[in-house]
Amino acid sequence: MLRTLPDDDVRAILWRFADRYDLQMLVQSARGVARGPVARLVAQGGRNSHEWTPEKHQLLTAFDDAGLSAVGLDLEHGGFIEGPKNLALALVAFELAWVDGGAATSNLANFLALGPIHERGTDDQRATYMRAAAPPAPGETREPWRGAFALTEPIPYVGVETGLLGGKLRVAEWQEGQEPVLQVDKRGRFITGMGFADFVSAAVDSADDRIKGSCMIILEKSDPGVFDRGVPARKLVHQLSSTRDPAFNLRVPASRIVGGYTIKGGRIVPNFTHGEVIEAVFRRTRVTVGLMTAAKLVSAVEPVIRYHRGRFRGGDHVHPGSPRFELGLQQKEDVLHRLVDVWATGEAASSLGFEAARLFDELDPLDRQKDQYLASQGVTGGRAQMKALAKVAKTALEYLAESAKPEASRNAERYQELSNDVMVRYSVLDAVANVICPAVKLWNTGHGANVMREAVSLMGGYGITEDCPGFLGYKWMDAQLEATYEGPEAVQRRHLSVSMTNEVFLAQFRVWIGEMRQIASEYPGTIDADGSKLYQQSRQGVSFPLADALAWILTARQQVLDVLHLQRHGASHPVVAEQLPTLVPFLMDLCHVQSARAAGEVGRISAELVYGYRRHPAWDEQGCASCYVADELDALDDLIPGIAASARFYSDVVEVDGGHADKAGPCASTAGLEPFLRLRSKMDSCLTGARLAKDRAAESLAHVMIPEALGYPI
Amino acid sequence: MSQPFHIVVCGSVAPDPLQTLEPVMGPAGPGLKNEMLLPNVLDPWAAHALFEAAHLAKSVAGSKLWLVSLGPKAKLQQVMMTVAQKVPFELVAIDGPAGGFVDAVETAAVLADAITAIPGLDRARLLVFGGWESATRCAGATLQLVGERLGIADQFQGVDRLTLQPDGRVRVLERIEGGRHQVSICEGAPFVVGWATGYLPEPPNNPQVGMANMRAVMPALQKARPAVLKQDGLTLVRVEQPKQVRETRVVKDLSADEIARDIVAWIRGA
Repeated sequence: MLRTLPDDDVRAILWRFADRYDLQMLVQSARGVARGPVARLVAQGGRNSHEWTPEKHQLLTAFDDAGLSAVGLDLEHGGFIEGPKNLALALVAFELAWVDGGAATSNLANFLALGPIHERGTDDQRATYMRAAAPPAPGETREPWRGAFALTEPIPYVGVETGLLGGKLRVAEWQEGQEPVLQVDKRGRFITGMGFADFVSAAVDSADDRIKGSCMIILEKSDPGVFDRGVPARKLVHQLSSTRDPAFNLRVPASRIVGGYTIKGGRIVPNFTHGEVIEAVFRRTRVTVGLMTAAKLVSAVEPVIRYHRGRFRGGDHVHPGSPRFELGLQQKEDVLHRLVDVWATGEAASSLGFEAARLFDELDPLDRQKDQYLASQGVTGGRAQMKALAKVAKTALEYLAESAKPEASRNAERYQELSNDVMVRYSVLDAVANVICPAVKLWNTGHGANVMREAVSLMGGYGITEDCPGFLGYKWMDAQLEATYEGPEAVQRRHLSVSMTNEVFLAQFRVWIGEMRQIASEYPGTIDADGSKLYQQSRQGVSFPLADALAWILTARQQVLDVLHLQRHGASHPVVAEQLPTLVPFLMDLCHVQSARAAGEVGRISAELVYGYRRHPAWDEQGCASCYVADELDALDDLIPGIAASARFYSDVVEVDGGHADKAGPCASTAGLEPFLRLRSKMDSCLTGARLAKDRAAESLAHVMIPEALGYPI
Repeated sequence: MSQPFHIVVCGSVAPDPLQTLEPVMGPAGPGLKNEMLLPNVLDPWAAHALFEAAHLAKSVAGSKLWLVSLGPKAKLQQVMMTVAQKVPFELVAIDGPAGGFVDAVETAAVLADAITAIPGLDRARLLVFGGWESATRCAGATLQLVGERLGIADQFQGVDRLTLQPDGRVRVLERIEGGRHQVSICEGAPFVVGWATGYLPEPPNNPQVGMANMRAVMPALQKARPAVLKQDGLTLVRVEQPKQVRETRVVKDLSADEIARDIVAWIRGA
């Protein structure tokens, strides 16, 4: 049985940073801020204001002091983490959101503003703004710059119109041989960090024939014109982040266009459209948002256990040593089972989120190598790159086909060659990242918010008070925002419905799970009762539920992989090894619970789609063709005594006068659906033991040792 | 101005005080329930000593600071992820038992040997710092024994403040009864200081300091030599938690005198 809650050593192995002491230190650093200044501010009622108060502002200093503001910066710009930083940012977000999602967002928003500059900015832009954003070094007295990210434009790739507040860009002044000066008119809505931003990365569209297309542009608070921070959004959640509706009317030099520009035919042509910039940014930052909700779920476990155990203590008739005193509500199976569900969801969400962060850490350097390779081939511009990558996809498929083979039957030389091919590796990882990123954002935040409600309900009325240990009520509401910002659930489903049919991903998916061929290759092209194609972009009734189903599968899969990794690698760790005999079976039970739930969800979604798009038979000639007719049954009764009476219990019968059972039509036939029935039946039978696993996990919850008190104030 | 100091802080891990700490008697002697699974911190008393030492080292140019820790290597590593971000120091790690039930005499011997073996340590400039108490069981003797073994006669226990005088001497405030301090003037190194809480706040985490420290901390942990403590000079017959009785009343606007009278009445009636 589980003896203690999983500690940092376990987490470091599970989430694959046991060999990174820089990240382990970062976790401790972020935790110190989260459970210190952040928790104190929440406990003191700091969330009860829409305004950006001095107390909230002090959190930024705490982030600076603890190095959290420098996590996303490169070494040469004042950072301290070498290499890609997606996992580092994810861990910081997780720790901060363990206490308060708004605080996590405040820290992340700065990196969101720097993201366009980091991903697509010129060297000068990177050096200027990254260095300005770095916390002051010892002896420096400057204030670090903070940024905000102003989009409210159509998000690329998913084609969703997200707002009407488009920014406009015009040429204000352009003298011969001089840098053009641009006029920016932009209104933002719900812009995070706006209460204190020194600069803004804004998406703008050309409103001038002399400028081509859209771009991102950097605005500074000291630029000539209007830099109006706007009024605070009256949001109910994430009150430890500043959100405002700003307005900008500024003149800025054209060198502020993110990524620079070229002059072609007398026109200013930005080197990157705003879509190209933010695609590179969002696909990374959405992962951290998903992990913020995961942190909330896992953080709920300890306070809920403590509340349940102590529920009846203090009563006149509840004596120490009695089950009622020691276990409290944990004597009841239901609360244990429900908490197992919360914990399992949190573990699965964390597993998928950190896997996505690690994936982007792997992808980042490949992304740059890909750009260099394409540039060396003279391939520039979005469309040309897409064409070139489409060619690479064929080679990537070959690589995946080889990798799926047993080692003995592989073409070793070719496999090695393909493994070393940067473009092939990029193609495969990019296809997977394009699925996992929206899956994290969709499932962790969407389903996570629902499960967070369950966690709140486990605290009874206490759950929806400010005094609730672990701030669970706040976290529930915050989770709803996390499901919304940086692209709400519909956007993620839309994204998934496109990216999950990418042939490279499908090939990878086949390698992962053969049984998923039905979704991967058979659903596209299937038609409904009216002959309309089922899987198509506009048919969100089909593609969105499939996106949900895929997210369930990915999370359950990654949760299992993480526990197996812990089992393999924890054995050599002196502290973790002692925990493994009880910890791994417990975590496996959580996997079983979660996989069963995922199977149930996928089965339900699949059944709804498979049956739901077939027309139900009616009491007409065609529908009644498979029904018994009463007089035929009477005749048969002579040969098979009793059939006339019993047929009415197990089949549909049309009476002589045309009468029939009082229902919409005869039962639908399942002819032709045998493969699905077989799979569904097989999957249902695979639920064997799932509830026993839940029982075992629940039993552990009733006995696991927890700290005497929560690690942060209430 | 004072000469640079060579400050050695003795301190090790202690279970996080927030955890459930339940003493149990096992086959190998007393310990805590699930002891190896509990998250650890640097013993809070030793932590005060470390922060005060770092402050002193920073204020006297050329001073050096070592942290000598006897504890399970894996636990030390876990704790270093936080401690190494606080102040710059060099770690001397010794892989061995730590906790509330280890013999202070043997522990002191191991620590004194480790201090003696520090390369480049100038015993004439040596200050040995540590916790006056401990969050484990508080034998209350370890630091004194370390000092004795190193031949350091000037020892101060329960120290809250240490001030360098312009003439190079050191003014020490030691806690005594009645909430008062005893003021001593010490001629200078070498001396031993068992810190109470000091007066410095815990420094914030500084990742730059952490990254610099860890470059030496990780190798120090790797080569931590094992210490064998025989544990044959001390027998613990029974271990148990002190009984806690809590009776909560919510009252408002009570004067300090009334609260004091209430507590006295409760104690007399208990």
